[in-house]
Amino acid sequence: MSLIETHGLHLAYGGRTVLRDVNISIARGEIVTVVGPNGSGKSSLLRALIGAIPPAQGHVTRAKGLRIGYVPQSLSIDSTLPLTVARFLNLPSRVPAAEALAALSDAGVPELAERQLGALSGGQFQRVLLARALLQAPDILILDEATQGLDQPGAARFYQQIEAVRQARGCAVLMVSHDLHVVMAASDRVLCLNGHVCCEGTPQVVADAPEYRALFGTGTQGALALYRHDHDHDHHDHDCAHEEAS
Amino acid sequence: MLDDFILRAALAGLGVALAAAPLGCFVVWRRMAYFGDATSHAAILGVALALATELPIFAGVLAVALAMALLVTTLSERQVNSDALLGVLAHAALALGLVAVSLIEGVRVDLESYLFGEILAVTVQDLVVIWTGAGLVLALLVWRWQALLTSTLSPDLATASGISPRREQLILTLALAVTVAVAIKVVGALLIAAMLIIPAAAARPFARTPEAMAALAVAVGTLSALGGLAGAFAFDTPAGPSIVTMAAALFAISAALSPLLKRS
Repeated sequence: MSLIETHGLHLAYGGRTVLRDVNISIARGEIVTVVGPNGSGKSSLLRALIGAIPPAQGHVTRAKGLRIGYVPQSLSIDSTLPLTVARFLNLPSRVPAAEALAALSDAGVPELAERQLGALSGGQFQRVLLARALLQAPDILILDEATQGLDQPGAARFYQQIEAVRQARGCAVLMVSHDLHVVMAASDRVLCLNGHVCCEGTPQVVADAPEYRALFGTGTQGALALYRHDHDHDHHDHDCAHEEAS
Repeated sequence: MLDDFILRAALAGLGVALAAAPLGCFVVWRRMAYFGDATSHAAILGVALALATELPIFAGVLAVALAMALLVTTLSERQVNSDALLGVLAHAALALGLVAVSLIEGVRVDLESYLFGEILAVTVQDLVVIWTGAGLVLALLVWRWQALLTSTLSPDLATASGISPRREQLILTLALAVTVAVAIKVVGALLIAAMLIIPAAAARPFARTPEAMAALAVAVGTLSALGGLAGAFAFDTPAGPSIVTMAAALFAISAALSPLLKRS
């Protein structure tokens, strides 16, 4: 039984089609990553899955009572709205204070509880967003470029935490990411998007697909080589090679 | 006890402050200031409607304010940059209302009382209407508080949690129309938006959570209503504008104190 499925999903903005004929299905407990160039419809797909964009054609089916933990790409907090991190963690449902603190500790930022949300750095903010999503006990975590604003070690810790959460709670994870080699290592399945699903499968299958190579070219080949390399020799050149992406 | 017109005026001001202040926080957070203007200015058109059809003023204002609020909501959903459009609607509604009132034959209308309120002429019946409306607005806000906050913060976060941002927007729209309808007698159509925005803006620097800001805004609104009334008696000034002047003074004090607050 899948958590979310799409059938012949088309998405359009102002008459312009951004995604066509998407048929995907996310099962309980799997980690699926969406990759694709800018403007390929990655964020639109996620927003359609949570119900924020109505399909132009086709439909999205969510399992009954599905709890979604959504971590958006960014969130602008109006300066007129006072909001502490602790208060934010209680939206939309109230949670016990001890649980909220534990979630912040899990996210590596226990000291932030009383800080104003608008005063956080990009990395702190992303972790607080993740902590909130986890507190609402999701069946599926949906992350839209959640490691934006994190440095390389920060992003690595972020992915480790997601893996740990999956192990502990068995929730599925669907994420958009640009950290290609980390993604490739951490995902069960990869969806490559460019206005439609151009290929999908295990990271290895997608990496070898001609459609994927055509899209990502030699740069990605480098990242993939690095990914394979990582498995043979830990820590080798890791930070330098990815400076640009972080 | 309620036959003392000063007491009735104070209770009327209090009722409006209780509803307008927390609702005004959402108006400020969601940047709906012009939305408040358009809806409250449409109240004059509601007065014309009520006079023409012999409905109670409250009912006419509620109907037109609701229609205007829904129109503005629909238009601003379609158009991302609706600032100018809202400005047009706000002033067009006021002008149209003034013209419509003047066209009604056989009724001599004291327009000023609808533009600036006549809190000193509040009857016990008016008080019942004001407090019922204020109670309804407060109940709506308390009931939907978590969902309203979430969808104010981010419509996508709300949607992902099964909250419909559109429904929450409609609830605010309804609350706004009711507030306009009960406030017209107290501060008048021109100054209702002030009672929404000024207490919330004055409360902002001293609040760390949304709830604290709403509570402080209620305190500022209450103080403005009572202080403004006292000022109106002392200096023989019109009551509605005196209340808003008091609120503006409190805002100025708050703005002057807020830099000190940040340094400490």
